[in-house]
Amino acid sequence: MAQHDDASTPGSSIERHTESSPGTAVVTADAAQNPGFPPHEPRVTDVDPKADKKAERQVTTLFFLSLVGSIFAVAAYIAFPIVPGDLGSVRLNTALVGTGIALALLGIGFGTVHWAKALMRDTELVEQRHPTRGTEETRAKAVEVFTLGNQESGIGRRALIRNSLIGAAAVAPLPAVALFRDLAPAEDPNALLKHTLWEEGVRLTRDPDGSPIRAADVTIGSVFHVIPEGIREEEEYLEEKAKAAVLLVRLNPGDLNELPERASWSYDGIVAYSKICTHVGCPVALYEQRTHHLLCPCHQSEFDIANHAAVIFGPAARPLPQLPIAVDDEGYLIAQSDFTEPVGPSFWERERA
Amino acid sequence: MSKKTTSDRSGRGRNTGRRHPLATVALLAIGLMTTGGAYAAVTTAAAADETASPAVTQSTIDEGQVLFDANCASCHGLDAAGTENGPTLIGVGSAAVDFQVGTGRMPMARNQPQAEQKPAQFTDEQVTALAEYVASLAPGPAIPDEEYLQADGDATNGAELFRINCAMCHNVAGAGGALTQGKYAPTLRGVLPQHIYEAMQTGPQNMPVFNDLNLSPEDKADIITYLKYIEDNPAPGGFRLGDLGPVAEGLFMWIFGLGALVAVTVWLTAKSH
Repeated sequence: MAQHDDASTPGSSIERHTESSPGTAVVTADAAQNPGFPPHEPRVTDVDPKADKKAERQVTTLFFLSLVGSIFAVAAYIAFPIVPGDLGSVRLNTALVGTGIALALLGIGFGTVHWAKALMRDTELVEQRHPTRGTEETRAKAVEVFTLGNQESGIGRRALIRNSLIGAAAVAPLPAVALFRDLAPAEDPNALLKHTLWEEGVRLTRDPDGSPIRAADVTIGSVFHVIPEGIREEEEYLEEKAKAAVLLVRLNPGDLNELPERASWSYDGIVAYSKICTHVGCPVALYEQRTHHLLCPCHQSEFDIANHAAVIFGPAARPLPQLPIAVDDEGYLIAQSDFTEPVGPSFWERERA
Repeated sequence: MSKKTTSDRSGRGRNTGRRHPLATVALLAIGLMTTGGAYAAVTTAAAADETASPAVTQSTIDEGQVLFDANCASCHGLDAAGTENGPTLIGVGSAAVDFQVGTGRMPMARNQPQAEQKPAQFTDEQVTALAEYVASLAPGPAIPDEEYLQADGDATNGAELFRINCAMCHNVAGAGGALTQGKYAPTLRGVLPQHIYEAMQTGPQNMPVFNDLNLSPEDKADIITYLKYIEDNPAPGGFRLGDLGPVAEGLFMWIFGLGALVAVTVWLTAKSH
């Protein structure tokens, strides 16, 4: 280098420039340096004995508060017992005991942290990482243990024993597979999802008491929450209700735009729709009697009851399924059949027969 | 640390230009309080107070007609048969008038998605006169009998009926909720039993009708009992936060719970002075 520096050839001058020009070339001398620790700044508590004393008092106070909190919680629990039937006493008891325990725990927590931050030694240290590789001696010893084990047990030599053990271990989890497999629904869920308790002649009844509904009971603007007759006796009552719940409303027949093929599904302006949202299955029941809109509270899907529950807003993909209804000879509302399509949200096999 | 200690320290060459360490905490606390306070103020609902005493005579009907012509006819028509600005009142009954006028919803201040509850515009006698006049035009639901308004029914049955028929719009605690396009179901707190009954009976605005064949008068009395029960009994779980459910409670925890966690974390990792 020194030799080049002295020479006045163009090549050497470029080389010299490269070495000294700032920012354009990678120069090894610029590698990042460990800046080391910032200068240690003493805390107030380190330099001022008064502040040290003050912090000590603060920590003590916090621990003392914790003590008071614990005793307060016990005292409050005894002094303000929960009186059966009086919800106000539950509230008071919970609030006071909670305050006491919160004070007890937070007092210890804040006190400890304040102690550590203000009073414990705060000089920075370096702790080097241990090497992870063991010594040669340890490694040789480990190999020796394995070899000895192999020799003494004979697992490498007695192939029959070894292979039968591997076979036994592989088969051992099978009973668990058989047991857990039975946790799946016993019946085919497809068929269950496609049918509800509604069928021809089943009366529409009021939720929850199960009394039948006359067509004349449903005045214009009314909403009835409906369950199929006899659902109360079902073993899986809630499962069945989750599929069969129906909303019954009566519109002015002039407001109803019915498709010709569905004209016989309603009765004098009374229409019945599944209450289970076709989006993710929330109960859709926020009915506005003047706009005939039905709103789902979960994701704001909006259905137009006057137009076969067409989706007019929101994430639902399909209209709500309509339940065909009629009136029996006693004047009660009955179903003409089950829903003609699966109720509720989509599932893989929905379109399959 | 006060200003005094700061100046004490300055002689030792400490950095004195920093904010008080509690200032950040205080600022955080003030911010949280303001947000929370504003939120609480917004969710607090007003309540109206109104009663009516029925006494049907021809003179009250005549007085009602005078009031009707002056205050209602511009939208509902001089014959109360409705115009393009307002529905017909033939057959709505005195219950509907008592509810709409008694809660201040009618007369409507302007055409808007929903008639808002506001201070009643008429005295009890005037409301009664209007109700009697409209009831005299055609039969309709009458102002309910006192015996159903005592809130002494079966609160458990009322709660079940409320959950099935009302809670989807009015919220399970009767706190109210949003509907579509600016409409909403109002809170039922502080509403008179008479007005709750009349609303079920007549289906005001977009609320559906719950006639006596759907919810019997006893069922309606049970629902009123339930509503008055939750109004009079404190919630065992502590602050109600407007009874708005997961949104209000989640928002509270996001602001105050996470806010406190962030503040503690900042304090834990900050170097002591």
